Amino acid sequence: MSTVQLPARPSRLSLAVRDSATMLRRNLLHARRYPSLTLNLLLTPIMLLLLFVYIFGDTMSAGIGGGGADRSEYVAYLVPGLLLMTIGSTTIGTAVSVSNDMSEGIIARFRTMAIHRGSVLVGHVVGSVLQSIVSVVLVGAVGVAIGFRSTDATVLEWLAAFGLLVLFAMALTWIAVGMGLISPNAEAASNNAMPLIFLPLISSTFVPVDAMPGWFQPIAEYQPFTPAIETLRGLLLGTEIGHNGWLAVAWCLGLAVLGYFWSTSKFNDDPK
Amino acid sequence: MTDLAIAANGLRKSYGDKTVLDGVDLTVPEGTIFSLLGPNGAGKTTAVKILSTLISADPGTGDIHIGGHNLAADPQAVRATIGVTGQFSAVDGLITGEENMLLMADLHHLSKSEGRQVTAELLERFDLVEAAKKPASTYSGGMKRRLDIAMTLVGNPRIIFLDEPTTGLDPRSRHNMWQIIRELVSDGVTVFLTTQYLEEADELADRIAVLNDGRIAAEGTAEELKRIVPGGHVRLRFTDPAAYQSAASALREVTRDDESLTLQLPSGGSQRELRSLLDRLDSAGIEADELTVHTPDLDDVFFALTGGGADIPNQPKESAR
Repeated sequence: MSTVQLPARPSRLSLAVRDSATMLRRNLLHARRYPSLTLNLLLTPIMLLLLFVYIFGDTMSAGIGGGGADRSEYVAYLVPGLLLMTIGSTTIGTAVSVSNDMSEGIIARFRTMAIHRGSVLVGHVVGSVLQSIVSVVLVGAVGVAIGFRSTDATVLEWLAAFGLLVLFAMALTWIAVGMGLISPNAEAASNNAMPLIFLPLISSTFVPVDAMPGWFQPIAEYQPFTPAIETLRGLLLGTEIGHNGWLAVAWCLGLAVLGYFWSTSKFNDDPK
Repeated sequence: MTDLAIAANGLRKSYGDKTVLDGVDLTVPEGTIFSLLGPNGAGKTTAVKILSTLISADPGTGDIHIGGHNLAADPQAVRATIGVTGQFSAVDGLITGEENMLLMADLHHLSKSEGRQVTAELLERFDLVEAAKKPASTYSGGMKRRLDIAMTLVGNPRIIFLDEPTTGLDPRSRHNMWQIIRELVSDGVTVFLTTQYLEEADELADRIAVLNDGRIAAEGTAEELKRIVPGGHVRLRFTDPAAYQSAASALREVTRDDESLTLQLPSGGSQRELRSLLDRLDSAGIEADELTVHTPDLDDVFFALTGGGADIPNQPKESAR
């Protein structure tokens, strides 16, 4: 074998960053060219927000906080959960687009190129997190338009809230990427990712966990969405956070790490 | 051996209990076109996938060297040497042809200006300038294939794998593709080509290996392979059953096909042999409706080697004289 010294290659990290940035640009180009998927997924949380405020709002609010809450208080209660549900909904789009992408010949081409292997997935994840943030801002704007106001949140609390949303989006996105990778087609990906939109329905998004049947409360309380919702509520509205803070962070880190290893190992398998 | 672009020993791959490649040896000298010829399902694509690092070979496979790099030990070095155009177009249909090219330039870490220059050159060379700003999904089959190859060339690969590059193309696009492939080799690039068209292998390849059932059935130049099968034959076709019958009895050594009323008799196709055949027909007062001379071509080789049952597009290449 030859022992000729190759010209110094750029470091692995700088290659990884550069290739990931290229893949991110590709994904953002897709999202910009074909925004309908992202926008459709936005409809669910917005519809639910309007439905629960304007149609069920009086009834729902009457049963919350020992009764006597009004509709505007229910808006405040609802918005944090729906912001996180927006992330869940956006990541269904991630699963679908990853699954679509994997069926394209271009991915096989990427695999035969001397590029950083993980960059394909990192591009998807970062692109999807950015889309989640944009979606959260849009749903948040609708929330503000119908009367949501943060009560006395400090700059630090705003930053923490933002950080939590990004972390949560990243965790769900890695899981969604894995779901996209194991799905043979877009329909399957959309089905496999259902828990991401179903879980917020059985969390404290719409009603407090206390108001649920006793046997169900542990499920609702300890699933990934509820601690994140309660933490976000606490940061924006000053309610009690308690153990939900570290629980939320633990869930996010756990899911992100799990999703990362799951996705990369699936991606490194021989393609069919 | 530094002048071998591809050297693979005992390539093996099976899926479950289905053996796709059963110990295939391949050697391709630098700067040549090598064609792996075989029917559908023979294992051609699997071989390309392994050699291009897309999938791994089974344990028991010997050393594989691509461009001097050991494939198992340093796949990234192999990837930096090769370019692959797969059977199914490896273009991003959602973005434009130009964006596809710039994407490749970025992934090869070219500078912005270099990337734009290479893109412009290749789009021009492959006649894609007009379509450059349109989404690749709107391209015709031939255009997609051209874009595909243009993308493969961005990194200036020394070894190019082309997996059935002309399958599904119309005759004009196919000839364009052949021209493109010939130009590649004139630049010193090594081409590993798979095809199910014998004509294509004959037309392009310096060496041909016939792959059948996961094994190399024969290997050599087109001429060498043609020598494997016995010589040509003359075929006589009749419409009148009576004429057919009398011809069959007048001529010896014929193979009869009663269904289509054709007779086939071995012949080298020389003027002398043909004259003697015609004399015999004349003296018996027989007139055939059609006489064709068939010289051995790769079809014969192919059918002789693969047992004839292969489901490849059969393109008889007979020349009426």
